[in-house]
Amino acid sequence: MTRHLLVLLPFIALITLATEPPPPAPFDTMMEVLTHKRCMNCHPSGDKPRQGEDSHLHNFNVQRGPANHGVVAVQCGSCHQSENNSYSGVPGAPHWALAPKTMAWEGLSRAEIARMMLDPEKNGGKSLEEIVTHMTEDELVLWAFEPGVDGEGQPREKPPVSEADFKAAVIAWAEAGAVIPDK
Amino acid sequence: MPTNFNLNGQQATTEADPNSPLLWVIRDELGLKGTKFGCGKAACGACTLHVDGKAVRSCSYPVKFIEGKEVTTIEGLGTPDNLHPVQQAWKEEIVPQCGYCQPGFMMATAAMLKEIPEPTDEDIDNNIVNVCRCGTYYRMRKAIHRASQLSK
Repeated sequence: MTRHLLVLLPFIALITLATEPPPPAPFDTMMEVLTHKRCMNCHPSGDKPRQGEDSHLHNFNVQRGPANHGVVAVQCGSCHQSENNSYSGVPGAPHWALAPKTMAWEGLSRAEIARMMLDPEKNGGKSLEEIVTHMTEDELVLWAFEPGVDGEGQPREKPPVSEADFKAAVIAWAEAGAVIPDK
Repeated sequence: MPTNFNLNGQQATTEADPNSPLLWVIRDELGLKGTKFGCGKAACGACTLHVDGKAVRSCSYPVKFIEGKEVTTIEGLGTPDNLHPVQQAWKEEIVPQCGYCQPGFMMATAAMLKEIPEPTDEDIDNNIVNVCRCGTYYRMRKAIHRASQLSK
């Protein structure tokens, strides 16, 4: 009996390998993060940020303001500081702000987001290399992987990809020519 | 390690834990009780004061970030003999009911008037988003317009 099982083991392994899906393409791995609520909440298409796991409009009529930092008496920095606040549950990271409206991702497909991201007229004049640096080194971008706790002390949901895998995917995608799939 | 800052024009220092909310240092250590604790989550605005002239929710502001900065609380906005236009307007319009949240509203209003001297109702709606459980919003709106006039 044992001998029969041993004979079958290589076949079972082959069948398992054959049925496993191929690893996701770097573009898809990258987009799993960019389309996550930790990123999308501050890339709205309107003039109000979103917040929370259900991406509701930010409480208290919080507005984009003229420079994406809020209005004069309700600036992002009125509540958000340069690091998460585990006491109040207010998230924070350096230069906390809304993405400019030219980088409004809400409602766009992954391909549309990527095209917008690579368009210097919309991304603040950044080259591909600068975009890679922004996505792999900017503290506000990387906040998504350390989003802290909410007002009830509950950890915020993180993107479904680790920080290391995200960075590797961004770099691999860029090095392979930053190809954007048709859809 | 002490944290040094300017409080209402006076040098102040605290040995509080660097992550202590500024609100607790102001109230419990330095004894200025005008700034109020409301929600502790930077949501209601009762704890609003000014840091370098900008409105900040002090319940969510770790004291370590205050080093070298200027803090103004409701006690430093004006003096009994020389009220700030916002304080004068609040008095004229008899705005407060219970009064608990009012210092936060007044500090937010003062911050707004510095940048928007003649606010429209829409400016007020967008900028003054604190919470008042007594519902004094109508009188506050009148007082804000009055403060704008007094500031001229």
